[in-house]
Amino acid sequence: MATIVSYTARPRRILQALLLAFAVLIGVGAYALVGLGRFDELPPNLLTYGIGAAVLALILQVAVMWRAPYADPVILPLVVLLNLLGIAMIESVHAANSIYGLRSSASADRQMLWAILGVAACVALIVLLRDHRHLRRYTWISAVAGAILLLLPLAPVIGDARNGSKIWINIAGYSFQPAELAKIAFAIFFAGYLVSRRDTLALAGPKVLGIHLPRWSDFGPILVAWGFAMAVLVFQTDLGTSLMFFGLFVVMLYVATDRLSWLVIGAIMFLPPAVFAATQMGHVRTRITCWLDPLSSANYSSCEQINQGLFGLANGGLTGAGLGEGRPDVVPHAESDFIFSSFAEELGMVGAFALLLLYLLLVQRAIRAAVGISDGFGTLLAGGLGFVMALQVFVVVGGVTRVIPLTGLTLPFLAAGGSSLVCNWLIAGILVRLSDAARRPAARQVPGSPVQPAPRAVSA
Amino acid sequence: MNKPLRHVWLVIGLLFVLLFTSTTYFQVIAQARLNAHGQNQRTLYNEYGRHRGPIVVDGHAIASSESSGDTYGYLRGYDPGAMYAPVTGYYSVVYGFTGLERSMNDTLSGEADALFYHRLSDILSGRQGRGASVELTLDAAAQEAAWKALDGRRGAVVALDPETGAVLAMVSAPSYDPNVLASHDTGAVSKAWTALNEDPERPLTNRAIGGDLYPPGSVFKLVVASAALESGEYTADTEIPGPGTWQLPNSSAVMNNRASGGTEPCGPDDVSSLADALRQSCNTSFAMLGTELGEDAIAETAKDFGFGQRIEIPLAVGPSTMGEGMDDAQLATTSIGQYDTRVTPLQMAMVAGAFANDGVVMQPQLVQAVRTNDLSTVSELSPKELGQPLTAANAAQMRQMMVGVVEDGTGTAARIDGVEVGGKTGTAEWGEGRTAHSWFVGYAQKDDQKIAVAVLVEEGGYGSRTAAPIAKDVMEAVIEK
Repeated sequence: MATIVSYTARPRRILQALLLAFAVLIGVGAYALVGLGRFDELPPNLLTYGIGAAVLALILQVAVMWRAPYADPVILPLVVLLNLLGIAMIESVHAANSIYGLRSSASADRQMLWAILGVAACVALIVLLRDHRHLRRYTWISAVAGAILLLLPLAPVIGDARNGSKIWINIAGYSFQPAELAKIAFAIFFAGYLVSRRDTLALAGPKVLGIHLPRWSDFGPILVAWGFAMAVLVFQTDLGTSLMFFGLFVVMLYVATDRLSWLVIGAIMFLPPAVFAATQMGHVRTRITCWLDPLSSANYSSCEQINQGLFGLANGGLTGAGLGEGRPDVVPHAESDFIFSSFAEELGMVGAFALLLLYLLLVQRAIRAAVGISDGFGTLLAGGLGFVMALQVFVVVGGVTRVIPLTGLTLPFLAAGGSSLVCNWLIAGILVRLSDAARRPAARQVPGSPVQPAPRAVSA
Repeated sequence: MNKPLRHVWLVIGLLFVLLFTSTTYFQVIAQARLNAHGQNQRTLYNEYGRHRGPIVVDGHAIASSESSGDTYGYLRGYDPGAMYAPVTGYYSVVYGFTGLERSMNDTLSGEADALFYHRLSDILSGRQGRGASVELTLDAAAQEAAWKALDGRRGAVVALDPETGAVLAMVSAPSYDPNVLASHDTGAVSKAWTALNEDPERPLTNRAIGGDLYPPGSVFKLVVASAALESGEYTADTEIPGPGTWQLPNSSAVMNNRASGGTEPCGPDDVSSLADALRQSCNTSFAMLGTELGEDAIAETAKDFGFGQRIEIPLAVGPSTMGEGMDDAQLATTSIGQYDTRVTPLQMAMVAGAFANDGVVMQPQLVQAVRTNDLSTVSELSPKELGQPLTAANAAQMRQMMVGVVEDGTGTAARIDGVEVGGKTGTAEWGEGRTAHSWFVGYAQKDDQKIAVAVLVEEGGYGSRTAAPIAKDVMEAVIEK
């Protein structure tokens, strides 16, 4: 009965447990080093923190063993590690601020509470959502919810403009970036919508310059998505959010239809608004200037943040100043928008590469799940969530390192901010659920047989 | 849908390649340029945010860093400030750093190559890196005696251990409080800075080693006498001419024999022994002796004493000079320490030290030891010979003549009972209608204890009255304890 043996080996739950333990060890170790670096002593709450992290990891492990035994063993350790490293860096920035007093930032305690909430949300999702296809029921509800969430910052009273962008809402003292939640809602909506319309959308229309264009009558959805992205750009004046949503839609459209023309059309459609923003919007124009030439004396003061970030990168050099030994507090928002430069300063290029590789690995696991899953909805959802995470990392890190103009997005799992952390833990839960479906033995009756993309009967 | 997914993965890969490239660019390729950017405060914070090692004299930290709780991390403090300020220098977040703070910066900050393993163990154990402590050769008692004796008059005192070159005292007055400049209150610092720079008494100058060079006056006669002995044609007892006045060769100028302007000859029949001429500090005797020896012989001896050399102790010392290509009249005035001769008090202490060390000049050094914060020794003072301007026998003759000066000549104010003290006074003219600079250069020894001292008081008048008593106080502080 060799097959049974191979089946029992396939879940790889022990590997996940080992990786989780490893992630907790590194993450808590980083936190301890921050304390040593800043105050020459171990953080007083190190034991509580370590036990807390271990307990959360254990809960995640048990939840996965119970409800998603075939889930990808790498996803949760990656997420736990990113989350713990983020907490260590937030503490480093906070401690530096309390020592040097240049500005103030939230302590890591708050992020720890949010991490507990995030893990709770993730576990709840794994336990309650037994099959990812149930999400397809909420296709149109997601669309409406996503639209409302995205436009919420424009509402009076609760809307909150920061650095020229209106992508925050503020309720009773708690600020919240609804775009993070909208991201999940839209990914579900696009997956559900595209999986049922992909055949029509894939139909060939006129051929221009060697590319088969879609039929004119199919342009409706992309125009709606485009219009929405434009609304975000014009009214919330944030190029990053707008780019993220439009990119998500176009890429999912491409994956659904396998029509390269959609990608080309999407790219061309995004150019005019980008140019419009660059030339017509004062604050985007500033960001473009700071992207192209931040260090000249004429631009220095208006590009203070990006300059300080770059100085931080240079200060880190190859191997970094060491955890708790750098001066990330010099950079405004070093614990959120610019947490990448804080990492690059304290861990150096080596550490920055390691971080990027962690993200790349996480995205790869999502794409892997997308490939392995047997229904179109799941494939699209996993692919979309994977891509949007990669795109977000690119927009944030690219903004800090002057690949593209700076925007108001934050790094998933790392940056200080409760809404972002909890939403990303929800995404982690969905990915666990999707990877479980992708690797479940029932889904692959004969090893090596082509996976049928046709969805099974789905109750809608 | 797998093919488009592979394409998406490819695009993601490309995006990340861009991120890897940009990160590499800013952290490695453009690193030096960014670190050197004028508005990069991190470079400043890195410099000032280190726990700098202390500067220690006789077990007491005269400069040390304490946690400041502001953006710079540490505040440098000096105790006592002014007395050691010319040695320590200041450590200012606005105006950089000077003195030992500058020349020993790598050691104090912990960045020196010699501290590599110490740094490595700090990194491995996760300890906050700390700079090494620098222990000075200074003798607190000698320093204090010199500081008190100088009493705020413009001048400098240098005391050396002739056998090791260790600097026992280095005082320059007037001084300043380095704590004011090390403050993190940048407004107050720049105000104090302006005041110090506009002060006509120039308190920021270390008169002992640089900034100002002084005409040595009669103390330069020690160098001329050494050259004479070294020529082999003279001994302490050789009779040399010393008339009351001397019309300089090819010149209308007339030199009087006495510093006071008196025209008494050096001895009966205008002749005296070399020792007697030095004892009375006869001008015409040494002017004629100098022209007889020639510029080359004097310059050679002066060079062996350290003239013209760039010495670092590790503070940079201004090289002492004498004129070049002089005619006889100029050489004659040079021989009595005027014309173009310019010296530092440290150089004159080295001259005195050579006599007390059998003719060998030792490299002056300020640093006794460098120790890490766990007290392991990184380096210790090792005496180095700088040159030998005269033989041990000639050095003994010089000592004998200099004892004569103190026992029965111009330097009686430096006499200490029961101690062999030799010296030479100087009264150096330096400007029309200005009071002359006052000098005393000498040594003291008793059993194994030796000290060489140079004292300069600007516009102090006669060396015998002003400088010699100061030298006596410093010698006593070291010898009789």
